[in-house]
Amino acid sequence: MSSYLEANARERIHGLLDDRSFEEFLPPSERIVSPHLAQLDAPVAFDDGVVIGQGLLHGERVFAAAQEGGFMGGAVGEVHGAKLVGLLQRAIAENVSAVILLLETGGVRLHEANAGLIAVSEVMRAVLETRAAEIPVIVLIGGSNGCFGGMGIVARCANFIVMSEEGRLAMSGPEVIETANGVEEFDSRDRALVWRTSGGKHRYLLGDCQAIVADDIAAFRQAAADAMHACLQQEVALTLAEMDAEHTMLAARLQDFGAQSEPMEIWRCMGIDNPQAVPMLEATEFVELARHSVPHFAAPQPGVR
Amino acid sequence: MEWHKLAAQLFPAGHTITEQDHFLSGSAQVAGKTVAVIGTTNHAPIGVEIALAQAQAVLHVVHNYPQRPILILVDTQGQRLRHRDEMLGINSYMAHLGKCIELARRSRHKVIGLVYDQALSGGFITSGMMADACYALPQSTIRVMGLAAMARITKVPEDRLTELAKDNPVFAPGPDNYLRMGGIEAIWDGDLATQLPEALAEANTVDRRAELGLARGGRKLAQRVVEAVVSGTHVRAA
Repeated sequence: MSSYLEANARERIHGLLDDRSFEEFLPPSERIVSPHLAQLDAPVAFDDGVVIGQGLLHGERVFAAAQEGGFMGGAVGEVHGAKLVGLLQRAIAENVSAVILLLETGGVRLHEANAGLIAVSEVMRAVLETRAAEIPVIVLIGGSNGCFGGMGIVARCANFIVMSEEGRLAMSGPEVIETANGVEEFDSRDRALVWRTSGGKHRYLLGDCQAIVADDIAAFRQAAADAMHACLQQEVALTLAEMDAEHTMLAARLQDFGAQSEPMEIWRCMGIDNPQAVPMLEATEFVELARHSVPHFAAPQPGVR
Repeated sequence: MEWHKLAAQLFPAGHTITEQDHFLSGSAQVAGKTVAVIGTTNHAPIGVEIALAQAQAVLHVVHNYPQRPILILVDTQGQRLRHRDEMLGINSYMAHLGKCIELARRSRHKVIGLVYDQALSGGFITSGMMADACYALPQSTIRVMGLAAMARITKVPEDRLTELAKDNPVFAPGPDNYLRMGGIEAIWDGDLATQLPEALAEANTVDRRAELGLARGGRKLAQRVVEAVVSGTHVRAA
């Protein structure tokens, strides 16, 4: 086992792709840095916190990007966002088999405020443009900073999301909610509550991610390859049927669980008799439990959306 | 601007827009054609319900009125900051709204966004920013986060940010900065009733914002970085 959580962006992308197949685009030697950080005396990174390039995944040519959580929490600035947009546009031009996005990010880089917000919007549009070209976009989430803000929205525009239980996927971070509405609303120091609310297991049970794996780079690699093959069997572009189905799912979720205030109560409503045990389970045990307890998971999973 | 007043200026030929829990929907006559109107008001916090309501309105238009143009009216304080919304997966509801607008654009509905009061963060990227082109009124504000919260998170002193927000395009909330960065197409400050049909006539689905940001000088690197990655070359000098 090689921990995905503890690896940095380059280690993850090299571990994801076939041995020695990764070739980086605009590598750090090009020294393309943020034009906005200097005015705040903030440090820059020669890759602006994201590694992009091409390689092979189980022999298929793919493009991949990995955000570096160690640089400004993986947040998206002007250059960082443009690298992602460029990668997605080039993926379309070269018709690769898939684009894999290893997301670890707080969303918009506040130091670049307005430029960062537009950049995230451009990434979102580019992801959907890539899907429209019938190239699947697969998102992996397992870094310690989670996937938040506008990038939590971008992730849900992809065809398929793979998470570890340590991964978190949401919109506003607990600290932001606590600051805005008080510790009674969301205690950001209650780590167990934070994970129950935004962690991989809850997202998997709700249907916001399609696969959950152990915190292991090899497990993410296998899941990404499986997702790519599953996507290639299906409609990749956005369709009205997909949006109708998603609408039905989200409306039902609100109807069924909108009155709950604790994720464990949602799990109980779904059919899990002992929700307290869920956080302790390994990924494979957890998937088994879901399959035996929750009617939705009993059928073979079509879930590549 | 108050939405009734806005609607009167935009639609002299009449409209059927109604407001329910900060959610606006209806239709209006624009240059002899019916346009669907969907949006929010009262600086609405975007929670799961109002995101879903807007998505439903978009899907309703796509299902029932082929090629009917859609105007998205933006006035939001951003995503609702509640534990319940996060637990229910608010990012999925907001992404759903953004994808429904994308689907409408790809299904030959022209989509125009208009920031008529306040636009913020996630509530903006999944609404006005998903349109073919987004416009703003001169008095509107567009921002990522209030300066006080931004100071807490970035550890940059608030007075420094306040100073930067006066004239620095990256921090100032006025629509002219978003215009310079390519984030909005144009600022409407004349006869709204003639600007809307012009915008609808010009709308197209290509995302030109990085290009506009370079041409207008507000975002000098984005387009050049995109081009360098796509062409496999170096970033060209400014």
